[in-house]
Amino acid sequence: MEWSYPRLEFGGRHLNNPETEKIPDILQKSGYGLAQGLGLTGALMLLWYMVRQTHFERLNFIVRPELIAQGQVVPEARHGEQLSPSTKAVWIVLFIIVPLATALVHLSGYYHVFGTDKVGEDVFYQAIKSIRTGLVIGTLTTLIMLPMAIVFGILAGFFRGWVDDVIQYIYTTLNSIPSVLLIAASILMVQVYMANHEAAFTSVIVRADMRLLFLCMILGVTSWTGLCRLLRAETLKLREMEYVQAAQALGVKQGAILLRHILPNVMHIVLISVVLDFSSLVLAEAVLSYINIGVDPTTYSWGNMINGARLEMAREPIVWWSLSAAFVFMFALVLAANLFADVVQDAFDPRRSGNE
Amino acid sequence: MNNPILTVRHLSVTFNHLNTVVDDISFDIHAGETFALVGESGSGKSMTALSVLRLLPNNARLSADTINLQSDDLLKHSEYDLCKIRGRRIGFIFQDPMSSLNPVMTIGSQIEEVIKLHFDLSRDALKQRVLELLQQVEIPDPQQRIKDYPHQLSGGQRQRVMIAIALAGQPDLLIADEPTTSLDVTIQAQILALLKAIQQQTGMALWLISHDLALVSTMADRVAVMQRGKIVETGLTAEFFSQPKHPYTRKLLNALPLMQSCLTHTAEEKPPLLQVSDFYCHYPIRKGIFKRIVDYVRAVDGVSFNIQHGKTLALVGESGCGKTTLGKSLLNLIPGSGRVVINGVELNALTGEALRQQRANIQIVFQDPFSSMNPRMLVGDIIAEGIRALHPHISLDERKARVRQLLQKVDLPEDSALRYPHEFSGGQRQRICIARALAVDPKLIVCDEPTSALDVSVQAQIIQLLKTLQREKGVSYLFITHDLAVVAEIADDVAVMYQGKIIEQGGVAEVLTQPKHAYTQKLLAAVPVLKMDH
Repeated sequence: MEWSYPRLEFGGRHLNNPETEKIPDILQKSGYGLAQGLGLTGALMLLWYMVRQTHFERLNFIVRPELIAQGQVVPEARHGEQLSPSTKAVWIVLFIIVPLATALVHLSGYYHVFGTDKVGEDVFYQAIKSIRTGLVIGTLTTLIMLPMAIVFGILAGFFRGWVDDVIQYIYTTLNSIPSVLLIAASILMVQVYMANHEAAFTSVIVRADMRLLFLCMILGVTSWTGLCRLLRAETLKLREMEYVQAAQALGVKQGAILLRHILPNVMHIVLISVVLDFSSLVLAEAVLSYINIGVDPTTYSWGNMINGARLEMAREPIVWWSLSAAFVFMFALVLAANLFADVVQDAFDPRRSGNE
Repeated sequence: MNNPILTVRHLSVTFNHLNTVVDDISFDIHAGETFALVGESGSGKSMTALSVLRLLPNNARLSADTINLQSDDLLKHSEYDLCKIRGRRIGFIFQDPMSSLNPVMTIGSQIEEVIKLHFDLSRDALKQRVLELLQQVEIPDPQQRIKDYPHQLSGGQRQRVMIAIALAGQPDLLIADEPTTSLDVTIQAQILALLKAIQQQTGMALWLISHDLALVSTMADRVAVMQRGKIVETGLTAEFFSQPKHPYTRKLLNALPLMQSCLTHTAEEKPPLLQVSDFYCHYPIRKGIFKRIVDYVRAVDGVSFNIQHGKTLALVGESGCGKTTLGKSLLNLIPGSGRVVINGVELNALTGEALRQQRANIQIVFQDPFSSMNPRMLVGDIIAEGIRALHPHISLDERKARVRQLLQKVDLPEDSALRYPHEFSGGQRQRICIARALAVDPKLIVCDEPTSALDVSVQAQIIQLLKTLQREKGVSYLFITHDLAVVAEIADDVAVMYQGKIIEQGGVAEVLTQPKHAYTQKLLAAVPVLKMDH
């Protein structure tokens, strides 16, 4: 008997003759998944449409007597039947995303959709798990960095004088320390700490989480300077604006001026740079994990995936799927965050939303 | 006069296929004449000039039957050929000399650049030509100035350099788009005289685009008035100003503030509301690592004046004379020193909370209606802000009622309270700013050039509104302006400021008709006066 590896559990094991049956089976299963998704979305849309219809009828029923009395037709109801562009976009996106997702889910019960890595772990599963790590690092770090950047930036710009001097010194000093060095030092520190207090960190998961949290904190503390600088400059400009002077002349207190006149008018900068920072933090995690000072090697993250795929890339034939999966997922998340920020910015700007 | 240098027939410019800014206009410009295109902002006069040179923005569409330069059909020329015409046969002067020059190039090299484009000259000849041009635009010391950067020149000199650049190609037609709008009156007069002189020397045609009817009446041979993209009236200057035919033209002419109106003011004495004596505003100039104070910029240098109850004091001066600094430091927006007494309360002794409470007495209306309101606040909130800050005990409903009242007072619809500032025109915004200042019942409003960013007809309305409010509420104004005609219209007293000092003050009729100080006389002489044959 010929010695061989055990067959992968989700590698098309249900097929008797994988050579010939594989492709038709994949097509059939993904077709089935797609149909499922389409059906699901269709059902959702039908439900939504019916709810809307009854809602409108009720509206018309209430409104109609008055309208008839005034001799008016009901243009509102007819107008409501047309889909607004944003609603259309939502449905189109749902019709693309949901069937794709159901097809993938359906397939992954039988196959490793994105292949496996060197120890036979499913890449698709890893990539999906990594979304969580990316989001945690992005949001947690932003939450730590944002208050510091906003408070320091606005105070420095608005009060100038010694406040400005102190804050400027802090961030120039912080900026001139190489951040990778700082991060490496802190991660080492926390590892030493955990090694010395083994009783408190008993399981691998607790250690990994601790390391992730600490990474977020140190990233947050080092990355607020850029935004702070931008906000300081903008505030310096805004405080000379005539509406700020008018508010001063009206006897509005300084705190109120900061909250009502300065803060809302720097929010567009905050929004843009938060999203850019979010993206760069997700990418930074990948870079840091690649040089082993990022998240714990046991945590699923794109950085670890890329790190793991490093040696595979040198193989013949080349093992590319681990790296590309991480890349595609990272790309999708960052792109989505950027697009989202653009739209949010437009929505909150009275000058733009008024035009629509 | 029968050789038109530029013929335009049925020119239209449309933005995004729906917004027509220039609507089927036709005109001729003859060789050697000065043709003026007059209109308010947004009437499409600049777009007309740009469309002749085909310099329109990308979303604009141009259609015309003919645009002929002499006998050349400009419409048939390719972009490449047009580049040879722009600057060579048609020169262009833009409005803002501050932003039209490249700050990192010397003025000499900027002029050279244009000459090199159109003529093939040797290096020495090139330099000679630059010097000639600088002499032609009467820049003193051209040998030295040729190496200067734009920031080393004054506004008037920069505009002269712009003219030199426009003249470098020896054009047959010079388009001047609001060439003097951002300049002081005395400099404006110099620049206009220069343009006239150059026109006589070279015999080129001058196409003047302006909103200032008085200026046009002194400069132009023929005038065309534009309103909402259409030319509503064209005519020889003399006829045009003596017998305006179109109602819009008549409206424009009537809206012009007249110098003569200062004679109608009555000079009854009222008790003083604001007394300012020996007021200084000095900025330290610091140098070195220890920031040692080496000297002071004396923005306001020992100024004393009084404003009476319910009267208007106009503060007149050219840009940089310290009038705005004075206005703002009266409100404690800029630190100043000296005695300021308003309504019996000495302001400069107060700090912190006590000062904040006194802020209701004196308010300010700014020049630029676009930057003086927070774009992210509703108009109602903007007006109510002062009430909220200074009278926190007033309830929300009362506050809303008060805002409605104020909006009515400044002739704005009540529903304006729920809109954002960007939905209003410049004149309406200025009304909102006035309402904001009135909200806390001030005794004195500092009006910092409130009308200089507005069109003539709107300017007249705002002045009328200010006068009405003064009659009704007895509020006093410190009216800061550079426009002497507006002063004549609104002021009771005038103070003329020059380099941080008040050099002449007195009743408006007295100062404007019998100026004593040489500077005041110069200022008055420079104001373009509407030439009308009565």
